[in-house]
Amino acid sequence: MAVESTTRAKVRWGLLDVVVVVFALVPVLWIASLSFKTPATLTDGKFWPREWTLDNYRTIFDTDQFVRALINSIGIALIATTIAVVLGAMAAYAISRLDFPGKKLLVGVSLLIAMFPQVSLVSPLFEIERQLGLFDTWPGLILPYITFALPLAIYTLSAFFKQIPWDLEKAAKMDGATQAQAFRRVIAPLAAPGVFTTAILVFIFCWNDFLFAITLTSTERSRTVPVALQFFTGESQFEDPTGAICAAAVVITVPIILFVLFFQRRIVSGLTSGAVKG
Amino acid sequence: MADIVLDKVSKRFPDGTTAVQDVDLEIADGEFVILVGPSGCGKSTTLNMIAGLEDISSGELRIGGERVNDKAPRDRDIAMVFQSYALYPNMTVRENMAFPLRLAKLDKETINQKVDEAAKVLELTALLDRKPANLSGGQRQRVAMGRAIVRQPKAFLMDEPLSNLDAKLRVQMRTVVSRLQKQLGTTTVYVTHDQTEAMTLGDRVVIMRGGAVQQVGPPQELYDHPRNLFVAGFIGSPSMNFVHAAVEDGKLRTALGDVPIGERVRRELEAGDAPRELILGIRPEHFEDAALIDDETRRRGMEFEAPVDIVESMGSDKYVYFTVEGERATAAELEELAADAGAADFAGGGSNLVTRLSAESPVREGESRRVWFNLEKIHLFDPGSGRNLTLHEGRSAGALAD
Repeated sequence: MAVESTTRAKVRWGLLDVVVVVFALVPVLWIASLSFKTPATLTDGKFWPREWTLDNYRTIFDTDQFVRALINSIGIALIATTIAVVLGAMAAYAISRLDFPGKKLLVGVSLLIAMFPQVSLVSPLFEIERQLGLFDTWPGLILPYITFALPLAIYTLSAFFKQIPWDLEKAAKMDGATQAQAFRRVIAPLAAPGVFTTAILVFIFCWNDFLFAITLTSTERSRTVPVALQFFTGESQFEDPTGAICAAAVVITVPIILFVLFFQRRIVSGLTSGAVKG
Repeated sequence: MADIVLDKVSKRFPDGTTAVQDVDLEIADGEFVILVGPSGCGKSTTLNMIAGLEDISSGELRIGGERVNDKAPRDRDIAMVFQSYALYPNMTVRENMAFPLRLAKLDKETINQKVDEAAKVLELTALLDRKPANLSGGQRQRVAMGRAIVRQPKAFLMDEPLSNLDAKLRVQMRTVVSRLQKQLGTTTVYVTHDQTEAMTLGDRVVIMRGGAVQQVGPPQELYDHPRNLFVAGFIGSPSMNFVHAAVEDGKLRTALGDVPIGERVRRELEAGDAPRELILGIRPEHFEDAALIDDETRRRGMEFEAPVDIVESMGSDKYVYFTVEGERATAAELEELAADAGAADFAGGGSNLVTRLSAESPVREGESRRVWFNLEKIHLFDPGSGRNLTLHEGRSAGALAD
């Protein structure tokens, strides 16, 4: 009886999982399928391409536009992630370890920033950046990304730091470590999964952003991939670039998927362990 | 190896609370000193100040004759064992124990040799390649001890190192700690809230309450000659019985009958500001079944009769609980002790007496029994100040002394 009901429960949950996964993956697979179709068969409504072609991929890598946008995206996302994680780690460490005046205010304000609708900031930011000469530059995107990624980084990381018993730091000091040595040799290794998780989340946020990227850039100088896709044109003005856009979408999705799959175990253990005790 | 001197050491927190108040303490080289008291008495803060993990607000701390107030923990050359063990989870047992040596920049061979030595002493050799997560509580505790002893520091500080172990293991580890300390002869300061650990482990015990030292001395001396009500109530298990006593007509009127007083106590009570109400303290073992004592002994004490509540036979002797009518002894110290034991809301009406009678006593639950107690061993306390009135030049002489 008990065995039967557990198998039935397993089947039920399994089905539910499949439905959710299919629902989430169908659009992605569709894009992938479109990217391999020739222009002639693009609109045939078949899920499985009848004629396979790599032309779409060749096209996007032949155009300067896309390669340049890819470089922008990678550079901007990496720099923003690094700075956000370093700053976030320091802030989170202070929040979890020290009792300083204004601590609650700091946490509150960072939460406020995370809740603020970004779309309402776009126009003022556009004005400000134009005045400051930051418009259409890498720092022009890196700065807002850091601002909006920091709360996320601080929250995730402080949950991790809170988990690390303070006694470990005291023990390290008693064993003869300086503050820096204690952090580097005891605290940092223990916080590594947390730092990884945070870095990946922040990177994905920067990588996927469309709103800031479309408002605060105007040329190839700093246009990131999600925006560049919108400005895709075919060989001529009259050619429909759907295939190429799909290919580009696949190209920018793949690194993220690989990244997440590769670090999956760390992210999951990081997220859950941060959640339980944070 | 070094002595540790605390000279009027105090700790005040920024919010104005005083955690430790003018502690004077001289710990000799090689001595094993226990800091004991209920939670919040400042014992851990004192230890942390010796360690350098907390700043000293005022006063001076000297280790080996050198003022160390402003030195970082790592420059004090002392090792500490934490209640949580604080093992580095990302390192193996060997790496954990080698950590202080690696920070001291010793060469690999010396490190390995020292770690192996310490592991042998603590029987950890087979576990050296394991991570702390795969060790039992007792093993982790030993690793924490190992990490402290490898670098042969000037002193060991231990912050309730055994309180996370189960009862049986705790008794076992107690002897391990004791033997290790004797073997190494390193000055040790040990913090605990467990009076049994304090009694069994230390050369000297420091009893603290509310940030102040109450009494310092060898365990037996604290037990026999407590300076005040708090010390008397804290040391001993089961703890001392306290009975309300009113001074009337040169006698003490108590629930156990009228207790005569000697010349010395009388003089104390004749002073103008002397209290009219006292608290009488008797330890459980100073009672005896009145039927079992000879006349010689009988003369040194007095008898009373009370209904027997509960009898616990321990084999070697019997713990017998009596209920006696009359006013309860009340004092701030007693309430604090009861709160610490978690029994504040537990005592019923009247007073309960715990007595330790011989195993031969035929005492049964429910009957009324005649019990004798030794007047030479009783203590009288002033409920206001907690002072032990029977104490003369540090010795307790009972109520009858002339």
